[in-house]
Amino acid sequence: MPSYLVDTLRSGLAAALLATGLVLPAHAAEKTLTVYTYESFISEWGPGPKVKEAFEKSCGCTVNFVGVADGVALLTRLKLEGEGSKADVVLGLDTSLTEEAKQTGLFEASGTDLAKAKVPGGFSDDVFVPYDYGHFAVVYDSETLRNPPKSLKELVEGDPSQKIVIEDPRTSTPGLGLLLWVKSVYGDKAPEAWAKLKGRVLTVTPGWSEAYGLFTKGEAPMVLSYTTSPAYHMVAEETDRYQAAEFSEGHYIQIEVAGLLKNAPQKDLARQFLAFMLEPGFQDTIPTNNWMMPAAATSEPLPDAFGTLVQPKTTFLMSSAEVAANRKAWIDEWLAAMTLN
Amino acid sequence: MARPRILANAERLPALAGGLLVLALVAGFIGTALAALLCGRMDGAFLGVIGDPVVHSVLRFTLFQAALSTALSVMLALPVASALARQPGFAGRRWLIRLMAVPMGLPVLIGALGLIGIFGRQGIINDGLALVGLAEPVSIYGLSGILIAHVFFNLPLATRLMLSALERVPAEYWRSAASLGLSPLSIFRFIEWPVLARVIPGASGLIFMLCATSFTLVLVFGGGPAATTIEVAIYQALRFDFDPERAVSLALMQIVVTGAILAALSLLPAAVDTGQTSGRRFVRFDGMGLAIRLLDAVVLLLATLFLVLPLAQVIVSGVNADLVKLLREPAFRQAAGTSLIVASSAGLLSLACAYGVVSARAALSSARTAAIGSRLLSAALGASSSLVLLVPTSVLATGWFLALRKTGDIASFAPVIVVGINALMALPFVMRVLEPAFVEHQARTTRLATSLGLSGISRFRLVDWPVLKRPLAMALAFAMALSLGDLGAVALFGSENISTLPSLIYARMGSYRSHDADGLALILGAICLVLALIGAPQGKDMRR
Repeated sequence: MPSYLVDTLRSGLAAALLATGLVLPAHAAEKTLTVYTYESFISEWGPGPKVKEAFEKSCGCTVNFVGVADGVALLTRLKLEGEGSKADVVLGLDTSLTEEAKQTGLFEASGTDLAKAKVPGGFSDDVFVPYDYGHFAVVYDSETLRNPPKSLKELVEGDPSQKIVIEDPRTSTPGLGLLLWVKSVYGDKAPEAWAKLKGRVLTVTPGWSEAYGLFTKGEAPMVLSYTTSPAYHMVAEETDRYQAAEFSEGHYIQIEVAGLLKNAPQKDLARQFLAFMLEPGFQDTIPTNNWMMPAAATSEPLPDAFGTLVQPKTTFLMSSAEVAANRKAWIDEWLAAMTLN
Repeated sequence: MARPRILANAERLPALAGGLLVLALVAGFIGTALAALLCGRMDGAFLGVIGDPVVHSVLRFTLFQAALSTALSVMLALPVASALARQPGFAGRRWLIRLMAVPMGLPVLIGALGLIGIFGRQGIINDGLALVGLAEPVSIYGLSGILIAHVFFNLPLATRLMLSALERVPAEYWRSAASLGLSPLSIFRFIEWPVLARVIPGASGLIFMLCATSFTLVLVFGGGPAATTIEVAIYQALRFDFDPERAVSLALMQIVVTGAILAALSLLPAAVDTGQTSGRRFVRFDGMGLAIRLLDAVVLLLATLFLVLPLAQVIVSGVNADLVKLLREPAFRQAAGTSLIVASSAGLLSLACAYGVVSARAALSSARTAAIGSRLLSAALGASSSLVLLVPTSVLATGWFLALRKTGDIASFAPVIVVGINALMALPFVMRVLEPAFVEHQARTTRLATSLGLSGISRFRLVDWPVLKRPLAMALAFAMALSLGDLGAVALFGSENISTLPSLIYARMGSYRSHDADGLALILGAICLVLALIGAPQGKDMRR
């Protein structure tokens, strides 16, 4: 082959490799803290870039975020990698996954002082550190739904022609959240409640994105989401069309946490990072980047939109052990109730 | 199948070796993933899966909806393909055929949202019904929604496969039909049906597999967990339960049961010899009558509306996004670059594999006495290259992740595995496009080429390439579109390792940025259309 052809091919190949990210730029920093998290955390509009900048100012290290699809995928990734994982910190599990995460035996006590953490209903755990939270809520379109339900009971028993889109508890965290919410309120009567609610359910989607997509396209006036969802529309889109319905029984909470791996290559840095999560430098990024409630003090008051959000008077949260022990049975119960005619 | 011809062993052996190599590659690629998943994790879950009544009912529903979806897609594609073949000259024909490539390249969620804009509660059809005075919207959620969605995604595929078969009908046939004054019914019976009957089993098999392994569409349109496919159970087993053995057991069950159904399908009589043709195309006199032109116009109009309206929804939503801003984003450029590189690598790889399988099968069938062994090998080649569709992407991706995680950086192997998986998934489609054209071309040229002493590269360059370049281009476009719209393989590896357009779209949707997602979907659809320009036949050729 003529040499100019070889050169052209070679440079073409190099460009292709660069474009696919096959060739990683070498990191010059001496210490690197590897944080596994979910993708939306590290996207350019997520908290990740700001958190990285703030932490790198004080740690003398480089923060390397590794993103997977969501919290459940995070746990799956850890199980796949086992002891050989390169992660120091795992950020983005939620309270219904922590027991399972502990059972992997891959985590170690955080040693973080949780006194600064402020989470409704309180939080204590020697392994995981909370960094934000949100309550599950039915979000509705105020232009098409004049009388939103004021309680879970009203949602269950209301007009079946006013539809809601929910997520599947077999495949998504919000879906599991609703399952636990109904269980918390109805207890043993949960199957009956589901059988009634079934008539109002337009469809059950595999994940939050599909459900919220259907909702914003106007296909259903209600969707299962978070109390903080309206804040996004108010701050980023300047519309208060979408609102969360406050339920008189109370709301189920999702607390997002991070933990330290037993085999972390940079254990000291990792502990430093966990403590940093409860500082304003981290917490300030949460409200308008992760669209969740901060789990500790921020340096400035929250944007006005957050003042208008539903503040649940009662917070439900089942222990992670209880969820881990019953999840399968409750999902089967849900399946039976939802497939009965 | 082509009539036995005499091929020198020197010609057959390389072809056979190529076929066996592809077979080994496919088996090795799937086998490695399964072995890595099962390694040290066997505790008898397989029996549990087989005996589970819940799994049985899921399996029944999976097969039931797949069979219905397939039957509907194929039956509705028949008149569309026939009308398209009969009317080779109308304005917009080329664009209609090109548009048919777009649904395949769209991430399913985007197509689903487009469909909902038409058939949903707030969709155009219900708006129309409301005008007529219907108070309650007609709900498509349930089996009807699943069927509509599956027909939307698969009717174009069936139509394109049938159309390319009809367009290979020798010109002499149409001339004879015209001079004999055959009625449209007789033409259908004696010319079109025998040709279509050859592609329908294969097309049905493909569509059946696509519908049986459907996931997002079934959940979104199914209306509740009563509509669940085995694929959902596999996803659940891998994701929430992290039970690889259960996932593999379910996948094996899916392969065995669906494979058995497909085997039964393939027993349908299919082999018809088209004989020697001049390869020239001819005017369709039978498409010139007023009545038939009206009928074809109605059929094509309905098909176009069914295809175009949901796509128009994607456009309408997309142009509302800030497209200029999106196009300038580094994240977009990187994802688009990766998508194109992955799709073209996967497409070329798939094309090479399919070419290997197809030439090996042709070599086997050209043996003067078809021995049992070579017939079995030919069947194995055919089956393995189509059953790969039944192996869930999530199983392959997870298996390869497990197999390779110790050997190095995920970032370095993620794109390679994604290319491998996409190439594998496209293989059956590429085969369907390539094989009929290849067989016919061989039948037409082998003796001449042999008598001229052409073989190897020179034969490919002088004889095969000029004729096969069009099916090759169409197959490549098919494969690339499939790969462009695929999310499954990418999702597992994470965005820092590999980010493609569909994963970017999902990431935007997952963080409230649905306008961005709409805009990106429009761009992705436009890319698929450009690909279709490469793959679809040129209008000028049709009127030759």
